[in-house]
Amino acid sequence: MQGPAAISQSSPRNIACRRADFPILAERVYDKPIVFLDSAASAQKPQCVIDAVNHCYSQEYANIHRGVYWLSARATEAYEKARAKVQRFINAASEREVVFTKSATEAINLVASSYGESHLSAGDEVILSELEHHANIVPWQFLRDRIGIKIKVVPVDDRGNFLLDEYEKLISSRTQFVALTHTSNALGTVTPAEEIVRLAHAHGAHVLLDGAQSIVHSSVDVQALDVDFYTFSGHKLYGPSGIGVLYGKADILSSMPPYQGGGDMIRQVTFEKSEFADIPGRFEAGTPHIAGAYGLSAAIDYLTEIGMEEVAAHEEELLSYAIARLKEINSLRFIGMADHKAGIVSFELDGVHPHDVGTILDREGVAVRVGHHCAQPLMDRFGITGTVRASFGLYNDKSDVDALAVALGTVQEIFG
Amino acid sequence: MSELRELYQEVILDHGKTPRNFGRPDGATSESIGHNPLCGDTVTVYLRLRGDIVEDVGFEGRGCAISIASASMMTELLKGKRLKEVEAMFERFHQLVTDDKAAGNDDFDDEDFDKLMVLAGVREYPMRVKCATLPWHTMNAAVLGSAREVTTE
Repeated sequence: MQGPAAISQSSPRNIACRRADFPILAERVYDKPIVFLDSAASAQKPQCVIDAVNHCYSQEYANIHRGVYWLSARATEAYEKARAKVQRFINAASEREVVFTKSATEAINLVASSYGESHLSAGDEVILSELEHHANIVPWQFLRDRIGIKIKVVPVDDRGNFLLDEYEKLISSRTQFVALTHTSNALGTVTPAEEIVRLAHAHGAHVLLDGAQSIVHSSVDVQALDVDFYTFSGHKLYGPSGIGVLYGKADILSSMPPYQGGGDMIRQVTFEKSEFADIPGRFEAGTPHIAGAYGLSAAIDYLTEIGMEEVAAHEEELLSYAIARLKEINSLRFIGMADHKAGIVSFELDGVHPHDVGTILDREGVAVRVGHHCAQPLMDRFGITGTVRASFGLYNDKSDVDALAVALGTVQEIFG
Repeated sequence: MSELRELYQEVILDHGKTPRNFGRPDGATSESIGHNPLCGDTVTVYLRLRGDIVEDVGFEGRGCAISIASASMMTELLKGKRLKEVEAMFERFHQLVTDDKAAGNDDFDDEDFDKLMVLAGVREYPMRVKCATLPWHTMNAAVLGSAREVTTE
């Protein structure tokens, strides 16, 4: 997929100037420059991603895997190239192990539904943690209500650290599956994935890691992790919304029944029965987000060009600067200061509700996420209803953190 | 900053910090719980009705300054009112915080109701209108007794 999706030529060492790659950040809100600190919800898109989507629709669009004509062949090739690109990006052993979904949420639902109903049975235990996003809780509750699995929850400590020893206590021969976040969207806690997987495998349980946040923050190697399933979405990875990825080990995916029925997932259909396609097509019923694959492919090129180590280093630098800067604010209390954190800070201001903070910051041009971050059990754990969350992306620099600190001063001024 | 002061007026900040009629009044005859799934906040509104008169009204819950102030001011306004008046105020309040034209509307001449004008600022903040209306919807559900729980969605 060449064409207009060119990578900007700015030096990878100088990430601060990446802001110029994102056209939306040239816009103004309330006549102020945009300070975008909500990448953990969804990242903005670089020009190359926008161009790639545009290139698909304006030059190569047709349905895939069907047409015998040139346009369809081009689109099919690009779609499958995107799959290969994802495979290399996460170091999967084979392209067959990469299933395109509409989101990370759908990827987890697919596993809970297809794997869950075919491999788990009543009384089997599934381990989650207090850090989970609702997307990695609710599908397992659906499964519990359908087949009677038991859900066990690993607690976190007061700093938001995943408690490995508690996990070790929960895991037993009854544990058949472990579904845990790789990085908490609400607090930024990075969980000890290698240990989690090793312990689960030692007990014969398969593991799904929800990588929606971690895929953006550092390089992910699914083979090194030896994880059985890994899920993430395109839109947090600077790609389009509406496309997500389920990685699954080939032998496990091959043992799972289809998730949805429809076109593109069959080998042969009669009114008596259907034979299903091999993986990954078996799990891709219906016309997928074709242009989304073009965009995701361009996003991966963009990140690969910069280098995930650079991305991680940039975020770490911003995170420590933010923590130091925000510590100066007396009425601010950090929620979740785990030993290993991604570029996410969650906090509350004494006596001011997060929604009031969010509204005031917004008028100062600062976009943050406020509320429960789709992690209500985690909020309950800390005895709060929500936090203010600032998360950092490629386009952020220290001036964004400064703008946040100044705007928080306005909040204090108003609320006295 | 001045726009923000329009929203966060002293009266609102005061009611937000020290809400009036906070708690369950003795002998409450009906109650309802309101949820705002966006922020996870909840408010419970209690009423003590005698015939068609709101003898007492109170609320509990936690929320942002806007929702707590709105609940607090609502309870002050409703005490002693007839249900017919309550219903009319509910409609007028909804209009006040959602309809631009309501700002200069001559119908809003009721002295009691004028106190609620400070909440008109939320019109400029579409994401926050529900914070102001949740206590009213919850109160309305308690009056109707039709729904024990309401949500902003």
